Amino acid sequence: MTELLSVRRLSVDFVTDGGVAQVLDGISLDVGPGEVVGLVGESGCGKTTLARAILGILPTGAARIRGGEVRFKGADLLREDPTVVNDRVRGRAITFIPQDPSTSFSPVFPVETQIMDLMKWKSPRAESGGGRRPALSRYPRERHRADRDAVLETLRAVQIPEPTRALRRLPHEFSGGQRQRLMIAMALLPRPDLIIADEPTTALDVTIQAQILRLLRELVKDRGVSVLFTTHDLGTAHEICDRVVVMYAGQEMEAAPADAFFARPAHPYTRRLLASVLTGTGEIRDIPGDVPSLVTPPSGCRFHPRCDYATSECRGGRPAPRALARDHEVRCHHPVDAPAGVDP
Amino acid sequence: MSAPPAPLLEVVDLVRYFPVRNAFGRRTGWIRAVDGVSLAVWPGETLGLVGESGCGKSTLGKTVMGIHTPTAGDIRFAGREIGRLPKRERRAIARDLQYVYQDPGASLDPRWKVLHSLHEPLKIHTRLTRAEREEQVRAILAAVGLPGAHLDLYPHELSGGQQRRVGLARILTLRPRMVILDEPTSGLDVSVQASVLKLFRSLQEAFALTYVFISHDLAVVRAMCARIAVMYLGRIVEMGATAAVFEQPRHPYTRSLLAAVPRIGGRRVTLDFALEGEPPNPRDVPSGCRFRTRCPIVQDVCAVEEPPLREGDDRRVACHFA
Repeated sequence: MTELLSVRRLSVDFVTDGGVAQVLDGISLDVGPGEVVGLVGESGCGKTTLARAILGILPTGAARIRGGEVRFKGADLLREDPTVVNDRVRGRAITFIPQDPSTSFSPVFPVETQIMDLMKWKSPRAESGGGRRPALSRYPRERHRADRDAVLETLRAVQIPEPTRALRRLPHEFSGGQRQRLMIAMALLPRPDLIIADEPTTALDVTIQAQILRLLRELVKDRGVSVLFTTHDLGTAHEICDRVVVMYAGQEMEAAPADAFFARPAHPYTRRLLASVLTGTGEIRDIPGDVPSLVTPPSGCRFHPRCDYATSECRGGRPAPRALARDHEVRCHHPVDAPAGVDP
Repeated sequence: MSAPPAPLLEVVDLVRYFPVRNAFGRRTGWIRAVDGVSLAVWPGETLGLVGESGCGKSTLGKTVMGIHTPTAGDIRFAGREIGRLPKRERRAIARDLQYVYQDPGASLDPRWKVLHSLHEPLKIHTRLTRAEREEQVRAILAAVGLPGAHLDLYPHELSGGQQRRVGLARILTLRPRMVILDEPTSGLDVSVQASVLKLFRSLQEAFALTYVFISHDLAVVRAMCARIAVMYLGRIVEMGATAAVFEQPRHPYTRSLLAAVPRIGGRRVTLDFALEGEPPNPRDVPSGCRFRTRCPIVQDVCAVEEPPLREGDDRRVACHFA
């Protein structure tokens, strides 16, 4: 299968006061065309760093890319000419939905100004002129009109009531759920191939979350857009994803189609994580131990200090990917072969 | 002979409004955050208070705690009306009734050693000698699972989870009878959440605590509480034994809320989820039943008549058609 996005052995370090933190350690991940991939992991596991590395918006001072590639439609974005990436890829072929829509809008401009600003540069009708564009260049009236129609149509698609009036309002006049709908509209408007959604429903109430998840899944499936959806909530991943990738401390542990992932998780970490989700039984199971420091990470598989199955092999080297079934890969020396919830 | 046990906390028709003012300081309306809530909490139990943001669950907790004064209604704690006590007497209640914020570790003074933070409540509320205080502090620290050596550390030398434990220890040194937990696990990863919930359970056993557990997370409430009250726009819409409410929710809001929770395995719940719209502004509460603007089974009567919280066989529900 030809992948749309394919991250290979990507390593990113952050320089901190406490030393160099190895936030991403040789991570690999694929997103196929039209596929919704969930990137699941606990806070600090590097999901947001990975999302930012793909978009090329890592903080320039602290972050260093140690190695690896980010292949998007065949081209390595890390080695591509930055003006080309800026012009054709970021905000255009790859767009972004943030976790907190309230801080992503400017509070002082009406929504229309902010959306049309985006459309001026990133509309599918805007020609991708090479190199730098003059800051004051005109927005051709014809294109403005066509773009505005597209905006209204998309606002209708994300179910914003009275789109024409909505455009005149300021961001604070919308509720959190409505603002997230606006963000989804803005991510769809440039007609991207890939949307990176960074915990887009974490700040929402469950009933609103259910509405947004359904809307997002319908819209991207209709339009054939791929999504890389980061979340710490396994339930949310189950709702929206075709495939799930689990990260722990900057390494990917397991990647599988959603059905197989939830039914027969093979990595001990994945199994522990799924078991810690609360069910109706009243039993509470945690993962003993603490998340390791990324400045002095454990050798080999980073989960080994907390793992029930760890052997000296696990300390020695990071396990190579092992294919269990079609599309189901696990990076573990001792994968578990049992249905979820059953301890072998 | 044994008398029926008396509730530790009893809230009767509690109301808390907040004024809305315009730019000139003139009141233009009221936010009806808590609007006529009655409930009782018995010693040793955990009552869950669930609802979405803005439903008034935190305001209810804070009004019980005395952080807000009630606009109307009674709060009886251990048989005594505490809603309108003078400050000095109200403060004495704090020994028995404590409040835990989302991150109890964040309320530690960064310039104080753990030792100092743990002694402070005892100095204020008790007349224990230094030696007695030291003994009690050590006992509490052990109960929350921290080594005695941590007494000489500053908060920044502890991990977030350890800070949280110290914050809880600080609350428990006074041996309160009731603790109000306000969203104690929101923003935590599932695995960390599981260990925090385990800690709450073991502390409840060790100190015979009564909890009011405020949360928007239905799975957490289900795991922790024997009874729950579901709130919507300042009112309780359904209240009963947790297992019964989860198995057979009767109020249409409870049903929608439970239907919206993503479940692992099986069919995607969002495929069948039907609730449209968002909760109305608590400044503009709809007439009649508050849920009618989003209710899937709404009838004409709902706009006219507000359904009372009716006593049923195993629970109370506020709906004309439940």
